[in-house]
Amino acid sequence: MGENAMKVLVPVKRVIDYNVKVRVKADGSGVDLANVKMSMNPFDEIAVEEAIRLKEAGMAEEVVAVSIGVKQAQETLRTALAMGADRAILVVAADDVHQDIEPLAVAKILAKIVEEEQPQLVMAGKQAIDNDMNATGQMLSALLGWSQATFASEVKVEGDNAVVTREVDGGLQTIKVKMPAIVTVDLRLNEPRYASLPNIMKAKKKPLDEKTAEDYGVDVSPRLEVVKTTEPEARKAGEMVPDVDTLVAKLKEKGVV
Amino acid sequence: MQFGLSDEQEMIVSTVRSFVENEIYPHEAEVERTGHVPRELGEEIKRKCLDLGFYACNFPEEVGGAGLSHLDFTLVERELGRGSMALTHFFGRPQNILMACDAEQRERYLLPAVRGERMDALAMTEPDAGSDVRGMKCTARREGGDWIVNGSKHFISGAEHADFFIVFIATGVDETPKGPKKRITTFLVDRGTPGFEVREGYNSVSHKGYKNCILDFDNCRLPDAQVLGEVDGGFEVMNTWLYATRLTVAAFCVGRARRCFDLALDYAAERKQFGQPIGKFQGVSFQIADMITEIDAADWLTLAAAWRLDEGLPANREIASAKLYASEMLARVTDRTLQIFGGMGLMDDFPVERFWRDARVERIWDGTSEIQRHIISRDLLRPLGA
Ligand SMILES: Cc1cc2nc3c(=O)[nH]c(=O)nc-3n(C[C@H](O)[C@H](O)[C@H](O)COP(=O)(O)OP(=O)(O)OC[C@H]3O[C@@H](n4cnc5c(N)ncnc54)[C@H](O)[C@@H]3O)c2cc1C
Ligand SMILES: Cc1cc2nc3c(=O)[nH]c(=O)nc-3n(C[C@H](O)[C@H](O)[C@H](O)COP(=O)(O)OP(=O)(O)OC[C@H]3O[C@@H](n4cnc5c(N)ncnc54)[C@H](O)[C@@H]3O)c2cc1C
Repeated sequence: MGENAMKVLVPVKRVIDYNVKVRVKADGSGVDLANVKMSMNPFDEIAVEEAIRLKEAGMAEEVVAVSIGVKQAQETLRTALAMGADRAILVVAADDVHQDIEPLAVAKILAKIVEEEQPQLVMAGKQAIDNDMNATGQMLSALLGWSQATFASEVKVEGDNAVVTREVDGGLQTIKVKMPAIVTVDLRLNEPRYASLPNIMKAKKKPLDEKTAEDYGVDVSPRLEVVKTTEPEARKAGEMVPDVDTLVAKLKEKGVV
Repeated sequence: MQFGLSDEQEMIVSTVRSFVENEIYPHEAEVERTGHVPRELGEEIKRKCLDLGFYACNFPEEVGGAGLSHLDFTLVERELGRGSMALTHFFGRPQNILMACDAEQRERYLLPAVRGERMDALAMTEPDAGSDVRGMKCTARREGGDWIVNGSKHFISGAEHADFFIVFIATGVDETPKGPKKRITTFLVDRGTPGFEVREGYNSVSHKGYKNCILDFDNCRLPDAQVLGEVDGGFEVMNTWLYATRLTVAAFCVGRARRCFDLALDYAAERKQFGQPIGKFQGVSFQIADMITEIDAADWLTLAAAWRLDEGLPANREIASAKLYASEMLARVTDRTLQIFGGMGLMDDFPVERFWRDARVERIWDGTSEIQRHIISRDLLRPLGA
């Protein structure tokens, strides 16, 4: 363990699996989440991976995963534990799987947890793939008055600083932020590992604290009103091809087969 | 009664599934085209599985396995069933029959197999002895304290990559009121043993790249140290360990059927004819309904049989039912999927024709459908004296 051994907090969100074909609920109030496969938000998986790598490199001492949402988010936390996180905190803030906890409420709860846990680094996904808000990390930074580095494609810890390469329009930007800091991670930061079988078996024995939003005195009732949810625009009319060969060639060209 | 999976089981399923989707699917078309798995690719899959602790997960912890229950292992097999068998072979499930090794054999066979250092294959079938195992002609006779083996085995899967073979060989005959009955012994045979040859087998339409080979024994000398279990105890070894491998066939079929079904479902929803998705026609939609019903039935039958093994309950009949039903279900599901795809279903631009071909062998190996029906019916009728 290095001298700078620190604690890393990783918020993870339970979202609809990226492979699932999303269907809009009949009343247009949102996306149907009953009986569909749910997984850890892919960007959060990258954040967990990076935190574990910091630990493996002796830069971090403990990785704590946090999830805020329905009780079932426990599965998401177990996945983080199976990947290698040390312990987990579940904050139950909703009963209905369709109730999304908005970024501000999440950031407020995280801020309280940060006060309790005193991590030097919060490593979060840049956004959740369900509502693409891209706001929680930034809001948390504002609430805590901490430095932030968003869209990280490379993270290095140097003494009290995090040196972060950011994916920005038109290229890469490298910044140095003083820790404690918040880093939100982008797709190309790393390739998350599979949970190994021994770690899957160990995950159950790792501590998982269960809390509620009330425990932190945070009101999670929605501030935003969803007016309407619609399916993406239907596909454009097809193109006529002269024969099967051309069809197959086109399909291959488009990477469909 | 409880039908859900535990958190660990959910994670095992999702990990193996993502492994198959990310590490196996991308190489399938190439293996299918060439009928061959490049050595480096096989080794890479093996190394990743070793790193993940999934290699030999069917073995108990005390010998270096993961100590999965039958149910957990069945879930692993089910997810592996989605992928090409030629490739998932390197995911590493050595024959659990190796648990019959004695202390000295453990060092030479069991432990290296679990560590992925040596791969095994199992050889029972002969040109003249398939379902009728006792009809085998491959024999071992005593000479100067050793065994001299002559004969051949065919259809031996995994032989191409195997470093050693678990071979069933006749070691004598008993006269019984029903006529002569062969005694059988299990041997461990190293590749390269003088008088033992592995040569190319036939071309199978099922599971391209997962080759079967022919083994020839020509005065091959084996010492007693190569006997697995007791001399003349081959059937005991078989009965103790082999029935569980039939369960893996059932699990394979369920996993493969789900992958195939998803293609059928999507195609039925997207392919338009007569101005609407073909899934709107009952001729198609009812096929979908029947498919999922049968897949779920086979899934539960398989998991329930695995659960019985874990509970120490008699499971021979239940495993036979699962193997029988799941393999016949897969034949129907792949055939219906191909039909839903229409003409394109037959073309190798989609994996459907491959699933349909692959499915065919599942009703034949590890005991044909007829043999499974025989096992099931004997289990029920024998106690009644019929
Ligand atoms: C691709 C492939 C890989 C294989 N891999 C292996 C391997 O790794 N190791 C190994 O040892 N074997 C292996 N086998 C052999 C496999 O287990 C046999 O093919 C199977 O047991 C059937 O034997 P058979 O092919 O000789 O058919 P046969 O036994 O000749 O059967 C022919 C037909 O007669 C029917 N029949 C036979 N007896 C009866 C009966 N009593 N009642 C009713 N019907 C009956 C059968 O059901 C079948 O329909 C493999 C086979 C294949 C095709
Ligand atoms: C090897 C081969 C050679 C061929 N040669 C020729 C040729 O020489 N000349 C030529 O013109 N064509 C040829 N064909 C085309 C062949 O006639 C078509 O494949 C066939 O008519 C089915 O059309 P499709 O493949 O587009 O399937 P689709 O019409 O898309 O059908 C897909 C599925 O939907 C079902 N379906 C469609 N409509 C309905 C409905 N109303 N109710 C219920 N179910 C429905 C179908 O039964 C099928 O299961 C050939 C096809 C093949 C595979």
